[in-house]
Order: sequence, then structure tokens, then C-alpha cells
Amino acid sequence: MKTPAKIKTVKALEKVIQTQQRLRKADKRQVLTVSAGTCGQARGSLKVIDALNASIKKAKLQQKVKVRVTGCHGFCEAEPNIIIHPHDLFYQKVAPTHAEAIIGQTIKQKKTLPNLLYKDPVTGKTASREQAIPFYKKQQRIVLGDNALIDPTEIDDYFAVGGYGALIKALTSMTPEKVIGEVKASGLRGRGGAGFPTGVKWELARRQKDATKYIICNADEGDPGAYMDRSLLEGNPHRVLEGMMIGAYAIGATEGYIYVRDEYPLAVKHVTLAIEKLKKLGLVGTNILGAGFSFEFHIAKGAGAFVCGEETAMIASIEGRVGEPRQRPPFPAVKGLFGKPTIINNVETWGTVPLIINKGAKWFAKIGTDGSKGTKIFSLVGKINNTGLVEVPMGISLREIIYDIGGGIPGGKKFKAVQTGGPSGGCLPKSKLDLPIDYESLTKAGSIMGSGGMIVMDEKTCMVDIAKYFLNFLRDESCGKCVSCREGTQRMWEIVRDISEGKGKEGDIELLEELAQAVKDASMCGLGQTAANPVLSTLRYFKDEFEAHLKDKRCPAGVCINLIRYFVLPEKCTGCLACKKSCPTDAIQGVLKGVHIIDLAKCIKCGACLEACKFEAVETQRDEAIVIMEGAK
Amino acid sequence: MITFKMNNLEVSAEEGWTILETAKFFGLEIPTLCHNDGLSEYGGCRLCLVEIGEGPRAKLVSSCTYPVEEGLVVHTDTTRVIKARRMMLELMLSTAPGSKKIQDLASKFGLTHQRFKPRDEECVYCGLCVRICDEQMDARAIGFQNRGHNRKISTPFDARSEVCRLCGACMYICPACSLRCQGPAADTDICNACLTMEPTCLEEYDELQCWMYDAGRCGTCVQEKGK
Repeated sequence: MKTPAKIKTVKALEKVIQTQQRLRKADKRQVLTVSAGTCGQARGSLKVIDALNASIKKAKLQQKVKVRVTGCHGFCEAEPNIIIHPHDLFYQKVAPTHAEAIIGQTIKQKKTLPNLLYKDPVTGKTASREQAIPFYKKQQRIVLGDNALIDPTEIDDYFAVGGYGALIKALTSMTPEKVIGEVKASGLRGRGGAGFPTGVKWELARRQKDATKYIICNADEGDPGAYMDRSLLEGNPHRVLEGMMIGAYAIGATEGYIYVRDEYPLAVKHVTLAIEKLKKLGLVGTNILGAGFSFEFHIAKGAGAFVCGEETAMIASIEGRVGEPRQRPPFPAVKGLFGKPTIINNVETWGTVPLIINKGAKWFAKIGTDGSKGTKIFSLVGKINNTGLVEVPMGISLREIIYDIGGGIPGGKKFKAVQTGGPSGGCLPKSKLDLPIDYESLTKAGSIMGSGGMIVMDEKTCMVDIAKYFLNFLRDESCGKCVSCREGTQRMWEIVRDISEGKGKEGDIELLEELAQAVKDASMCGLGQTAANPVLSTLRYFKDEFEAHLKDKRCPAGVCINLIRYFVLPEKCTGCLACKKSCPTDAIQGVLKGVHIIDLAKCIKCGACLEACKFEAVETQRDEAIVIMEGAK
Repeated sequence: MITFKMNNLEVSAEEGWTILETAKFFGLEIPTLCHNDGLSEYGGCRLCLVEIGEGPRAKLVSSCTYPVEEGLVVHTDTTRVIKARRMMLELMLSTAPGSKKIQDLASKFGLTHQRFKPRDEECVYCGLCVRICDEQMDARAIGFQNRGHNRKISTPFDARSEVCRLCGACMYICPACSLRCQGPAADTDICNACLTMEPTCLEEYDELQCWMYDAGRCGTCVQEKGK
């Protein structure tokens, strides 16, 4: 049965959902699920899809095999990956050239292709199913999991997993107050970073007497290295829209905005398509499903200002003003967009709402810790074996995420720090690895939950350099309204830059500490109040590194180029010429099978030789070796 | 009426008042720079910071933008407040050392040294000029450009504005570029010539009532006389 042109009643929608669920169950075709989120597409999944389709056509299997193009499956390291149903085979790093073999052998002859299976980089064991892969084992993918079952451009796919069932439940069997009560009881807290209890916020907006109220979905994800909101919006837009509609019903809003950054073209495309589809089916507009609930969606595209992720700045941006925060109170829930009560929630928060309505607050509250309920999606990036999006229950330790799920640090290097919460977060050292992840304990340790960025750093990372990087980001992204934030981030950056260049002065660290505290205290919005975190947390846990830069003019990790020298270790150099060839400035002298020497006058410290050397003979910063070099002169 | 506590005193204020307005009403002094009674509140200079709340949840907010609430607990002069204000002054002084108003405030707060690299920009981005142009002159000839450390105030596209009537309101209200500090080494450092006046003569005293019985030493009143 085809979905009818218009769905006008609750009964009709229920029927559509049931039909789609039945159809999916009855569909005995084999399904090749190809992940094609932004990450997958970047790794060439679109070409893989073309190749698969061509091979299927060639083998005349169109009636027996279906290719489902889905959003991100989370395991970025393995992109592009394919999950084959019903065998649940997980193929990673698939190239278009593999298509023939997949169709010819796996589909036709039911033979597994061992070269495409996941291989554990540590143990070398292969895993054929998703659940057998350590990356997925400890995860609890209640929000992201459906990504692999849904073609985000097809609303029918969402119906097939029971989509919009939560909306029906809310509209037919729950009063708005009951919906809010359920969300409150679930203990759901804002996934955007601050962790404000969602239900409490909704209640505040519900109590306002205004006839017009708004809701906003915050998809202005701007943290470097974080992309969980993008993946959810790209991979399962209807889940977010359903959550928003339930929220709108609960607080009495009639219009909703999705504030999404224009740098997320695929997310914009998918969510636009999803809204169009809803419009076509009559699932948005006036008197939805005959339940007396009216709602419209709008998309507001952001131009990429980090500060517009802050509630009041986002409101200003949607209203057409400069994206600058204002004083709260009045809180947006009381006086927000166009002066009306407005609820702003993060993509992930909205995406979690349908689950809570469907499965109940009790079920949700069972997951997680006392203060932080449910699961949280983190984007695990940096010096880690299994890069990707991980969804874990709150309360899991950093160690479990980094070592069990993330597979540890590549190249046998040592763990140094993990940065959580994006630029406004902090760097946590090895001693904090057993910290359970929840809002309070992260804040206590000097970092924040943030929206879920998690950047792992190894021993070759310089913490002064990291602080400098984030401060540079923040001094660019500060709106510039408050002196504390505008001048504070600029001055902190200047001081840290000087330290990293060996120009630090006595008293710089104390000044940095004092300034950071003042920036944290005196700023108006969340950006400024957390802008000092990169400095405060690195100073708290890695002060010795700052001191090494300042006093000894030495960068222990060998990163800050003003403080390091590249040289060749004579005992390790095989004279292979690789480094010589890689050098862009011809600074390396040496003949085949003779020890090479780097001419420090010509060296621009680009690190190309270090990358090129296969024998770990190129080093930065080792005192005795410098002596050898200088002796040779 | 809204009643709340300010510096341990029970005070009552009209609904809609800010903390700053209430403080002024009760004669409590809070320094300001980007505030002007005739313009909308901005909250950018962060000098009017006060501490609200108690215990670990106490935080600093700008009193010019914070509306009074029933049961609020406000302290206008805690160590935390003074420390933050001084740092804000130090930051502003390092970018606009020539501003008499900022130099005076620095003296008032006993700021005797400045630790950042001086950058003579003659602007602290308080936005007074932008607001007076918009709200009082109805011209909107100037506005902010860019953000963060690249922020500047200019006309659209840096072109000569067609709506600017050259009224001079922006220069009149500017705390940084109009009245220059004439004290020693003010261009690069803190002048502190007014430091010995306590309280500073600027607002409270005229020539005859000079605190130091030494009229003219700090230079402030000399300038006033010259007008």
C-alpha cells in the first residue's frame, strides 16, 4: 500500500505506520545499508553506491537486493561502511572496486569477504557483525541507532521504525502538562552543554500566558571536531522534527525554527526535504491529525558564527539582528523570539524526546546516573584508533570510551589528555580517566559536558599549543560585546602565544590565571564565562609544561616550532634519503647509506622529514643530540 | 514594589528597575562606562558588575542590564567584584590609555600598573556612539563591524555615510576619544595623577573645596577651568 496523499486523522496515521512496519517485515529482500552522511560521502560512499547499483543491475538482482542509503553509522574510521541484512555483516572501508565481489560472492554465494571485515588494530581479531566490533559493544545507541535503518529522505522508512508514534501518543492520550511531567520525570537535561533540565524549562514556557510561543532547534554546532548534531539531523531528521512537535504541543507553541548552520548542506537538505514531506502529508499546518494542534516549521540558516549557538544570540540572529547575546533574565522561556516565550533545545535533546514519550520516563531514567539520565553522543576524535560518534550511557568512564570503544591511542603512543566540551571545555589528564561522565563531575574537574566533543591527545601534543589553538578560536568567535571576553580572550591568546614562542616573561602564568578568572567571572554569556576553560584546565593539570616553555624555553612535546630543532639521530639513521627527498627547503645533507644532517639555518621546521622517516631517526628536542649536531659543526 | 537585599540592606524598587538604577536611587555608587541614562542598556564595559546570590552559586552580573527580582541578594563591593572591575579597567586601559575617563577610573580603583602590551586604539567598543546615533539622533549612520578581536565601529562598507548629519553626537558621548588624559605618560601607561585625590575630585569637588587643598595638582580642575 502506498502512503495516502494526506493524513488527516490519528487513525489514518496509525494505519500508515502499521502498514509500513508490516511492509518492512514482509520485505524479504537483502538490504545493503550504505552509510552516506557527510563523513561517508567524504570517504567516497556515493561512488560505492553507484558501483553497487551497477553490479546489482549487471547481476539482474534488482528484485532481490535493495541498497539503502542512510546517514552516518557512527564509525567514521571505517567509512564508507556497509551493513548487509539479514546476515548483519559489517563491511568497512569499502571501495567501488569491491562492489562486484560483494554482489557476486556475499549476496549470491553467501560468502564473507574477509578483507572487508573489521580488524582490531590491537588484537588483530576480525569481527563480522556490528555488535562484535569493540567500537559498538559498549555503546547504547538509543538515539543514533535508527540511523542505520532509515533512508533520511524517505518518510516511509521513519514510519517503518514506528516513527511519529510518539506524536500520536502525546496528542491522543496525554495532556500538555502530562508530556511535560513525563519529560521532567525522565530527568532529561539539555544536551547542548549547560545541562538545564528540559522539563523545567518547558514548564516555565507553558506557564506563560502569551498566545504565540516559539520553539527553536539549536543545530548551530560549531565546536571544532564535533558533529553529533549534524549526524542526527542528516541521518534521522524526522526524529528531531517529531521531538519538536511534541515539545510544541507541550508548551503550546505554534511555530518552530530550526537554526542550522549553512556549513551543513546535507543536514539542511535532509531537514528541508523532511519538512516538505510533512507538509505534503498534512502533518504540519493547522489542526494536525484533527487533534486541534497546529504547527509550522521554519528553517533559519546560520552563517557560522560560534556565538549564535548561545540562546539569546541565536534569537537575535533569527530576528535579523546582529548575533550578540543579551542579559538573561528575562529568559527566552519567558521572553524570547520576537518577545514571545521561546524554548530552545539542542538537536540531540529534541531527538531524545520521542523516545521518552514512547518508552516512558521510567525506562529513560534507568539509564545513566542519579543526576544525569539517558545516553549522550560524543564525537570521539583526535589521536584515537576508532574515530567516530559514540553514544554511551551517562556515568561511563572516560577510560571506557577512550580505550574500550575508541581502541586506545594509535602508534603505541601514550595518552596525555582528553579535551571535552569543545573550545569552552577543558583538558583532562590521565589521572581523570576514571571520571564518570556526567554534567557535575566534568564541571568539577574543570571541564564541561558541552555538546559532546571529545578530542583525545597523545604524548606528542603540546598543551600550551592546544590552549593557544582554542584561544585563537575563541578570540575570533567572541562577539566582542563584553570587554572581558573580547579583550580577555585576545590578551590570553597573546600571553600564551608569547609563552609558546619562548618570549614569556616572569609573572605571565600568574597574570594568565588572574585574567582567566576575571574573564570567567565578568562575562555576560556562556561563551565568555567558559572561554577561560582551555587556559584554566591546562594550567591546572599541565602547569609544568607552561613552566618548561617559560623558564627553560623548551617544548617537552616537541611541537612549538620556535622552541624546537629538528635533527637526525646518527645511531638510527640508515641513510635512506627519504627525509632528504621530503625536505622542501633542501636543508638535509647526506648521501645514500650515510648519516644525514639537517642544516638548521635552512630548516623551516615543517616536520616533513619527521613524517618521512621510517626509522624514527628524526627527532625534535633531545639535548644530547643537539650537542652531537653542534659538535659536528 | 519589589523588595530585595542590597549590601545587607533591605531595599525596595519599582518593577522594571535595574540593579544599577536601584543602587543609584539609594545612593550606592557603582562605576559605569557604557551606561548612559538616555540610551538603552548595553552591558559591554562590565564595570558595573555586582555579585548576586549567595554561597557557591553567587555570580557576577552587570547591574545595568539586570532587572531587580523579588528576594534577590546583591552585593556591590565584594572583593570578587572589585577584582573583576580592576581587571576590566586594566584591559581597557591597555587598549585606550589616552582616555581621560578610563584613566580617572583607574586612579579611582587604585590601579597603579598595567601588565598588557599597550595598544593605542582610542576605542573600547562601549557602543555609546552607535546607540546615540541610532536612538537619539535616529540616524543609524555607524555600527559595529565584525566580531571578536576584529571588531570595529564604522559606517556601512566604510564608505561616507549618506545618513550622517555630522551632528557630532558620537564624539560628544565617546569616553575614549574625546577627552584626552593630559597626565604624565598617559599615552602608554597609567597616569595616576589623580590617584592622590581620594575621593577623586572629579565628581565631588570644585576648585574651592579641593580635597588636597592643593588645587590643580592632578590636572583635572585645570582642564575644567580652561573650558
